[in-house]
Amino acid sequence: MHWRFFARRLALLVASLLVASFVIFAAMYVAPGNPIAALSGGRSLPPSSIAVLEARYHLNEPFLAQYWYWLDNALHGNLGISITLRENVSTLIASRIWTTAGLVLYASLIILALGIGLGIVSGLRPGALDTSTLVTTAVSAAIPAFVAAIVLTLLFAVNLGWFPALGNGNDFLSNVRHFTLPAIALAISSLAIVARVTRASVREEGRREHVQTAVSRGIPGRQLIQRHILRNAAIPITTITGITIASLIAVAAVVEVAFSLNGLGAYLVLSAQSKDLAVVQGISLVLVTAFVVVNLIVDVLYAALDPRVALGSRAQ
Amino acid sequence: MSAAVPVAVRSTTRGARAVGMLRSTGPAGIASAIVVAIATFMAIFGTFLAPYDPITPNLSLAWVGPVGGHLLGYDFEGRDVLSRLLVGARTSMLGPLAVVIGSMTAGTLLAVLAAWRRGAIDAMISSGLDVLFAFPGILLAILATAVFGAGLPAAAIALAIAYTPYVARVLRGAALKERSQPYVAALEVQGASATSICLRHLIPNIMQLIVAQATILFGYAMVDLAAISFLGLGVQPPEPNWGVMISENQVGIPQGYPLPALAACACIVAVVIAVNVLGERLFEQAQGAPR
Repeated sequence: MHWRFFARRLALLVASLLVASFVIFAAMYVAPGNPIAALSGGRSLPPSSIAVLEARYHLNEPFLAQYWYWLDNALHGNLGISITLRENVSTLIASRIWTTAGLVLYASLIILALGIGLGIVSGLRPGALDTSTLVTTAVSAAIPAFVAAIVLTLLFAVNLGWFPALGNGNDFLSNVRHFTLPAIALAISSLAIVARVTRASVREEGRREHVQTAVSRGIPGRQLIQRHILRNAAIPITTITGITIASLIAVAAVVEVAFSLNGLGAYLVLSAQSKDLAVVQGISLVLVTAFVVVNLIVDVLYAALDPRVALGSRAQ
Repeated sequence: MSAAVPVAVRSTTRGARAVGMLRSTGPAGIASAIVVAIATFMAIFGTFLAPYDPITPNLSLAWVGPVGGHLLGYDFEGRDVLSRLLVGARTSMLGPLAVVIGSMTAGTLLAVLAAWRRGAIDAMISSGLDVLFAFPGILLAILATAVFGAGLPAAAIALAIAYTPYVARVLRGAALKERSQPYVAALEVQGASATSICLRHLIPNIMQLIVAQATILFGYAMVDLAAISFLGLGVQPPEPNWGVMISENQVGIPQGYPLPALAACACIVAVVIAVNVLGERLFEQAQGAPR
């Protein structure tokens, strides 16, 4: 095992999270006015509530101490209190996190299955399918999630009535039905990008000398594709899939709003509109953590697929 | 193409080169250039071209379809959709432009600084950028609007910051390669200052890559800013903007009036596709350029 590589990568993860959490915390200081005004979203509060806020955020102590208390609380699952709902931010997040997680997971599965599948097939077989894949992916790569949401709702919910247009479901099967259009809307542009990169790298590997040699040695097609083409093409495919899936975590907010799903992202937007800073900070922290962790997983996978990555870091 | 071409010759060849480039990009490239030109024209002159008032509502005309003189019909508040598209082009195009200028300037400076000084400063900048990667653009923009209030400026600044590491990472590689070219060493021996070598030679030599990167980035910025406006955190209604138009006319979809929302969608998608095609071509040329 390449402990050095993992240690370095883990240190980067911790540093990223520290900086991100510091930015999220400092947000209430860069806001116009004092932190009390930022936390209350400009609402006028009775002195008792101000006292509560001062005690909760340790506002009478030095800046870095305040950050430390805040971070310590956050690590223990205490993310403060929503100023509009007067409820624990952690509770509010916990009740919504599965909607977002389910949506991102569903979209990721679509990307993995369709994006990589389409890319491999069109990479291996030049022809009509390949050409049409190239054209459709060029267009759909440019379709933002909210545009996809509008068009999918129009086609499959309003005109065809196959799927519900809005809201969450109440059991697993109806959830799948409710989440299908949002997941496709979320996946569509990433799917296109993943398919294009997969196609290009499969095509490139297929042209390599070692593959040509394998062909001339008479290695059967299935083994040729699995061991000789995909093994090498897997490296760029993993990178692009990981990057795009990580980016879904933030874009999910747009899709949740478009489909009125009760997820973290939609709630983040609502709280940003009502300037409920404690909620915005809490959700941002959760989403950034998820984003950074997914990126870490991708890097580790990448090192597992391509030993040179970990070796390179040792050589330094 | 070499850096030593006299200025007068260069300015004439540049025009010829642009024409030649357009010709070599094929029909998709030409169509894309036309789309971008139209969108730019709309952004500059849209306010003067708009045939009707884009702001004042007239609820009796809400959702009325295309009729004489109103090519795209009326929106949810009975305003002319075409006029709102034309006037809204300005904020829809200007926002991404600001993001691109901001992140390209910061990214280029950091990349060139890192490549020039190498060693400790390079390591510092590079790991600083790695850490900045932790923030997805949209998330930083939402955080910024929560703190500074909804609006284009806060969102655009946040996106420019979030995009900077991506720019710097690509350009640092190119600048490092350029830094090790013999002409840089030659200029250093001749006593040229670092600033003048970077500004007059190094940056111009990676300019093709910078332009390609900026073009691609414009598409991303356009999507992200439109998303922010769609979420109600960017341009505020009744101010027209393509993202705003999608969100406010979204209610028409289940009611059977999809045209206003779709028209705004089409504008965004057309510009993003065009910019992507152009950006890809520019990247190919930047990488294929003889050195």
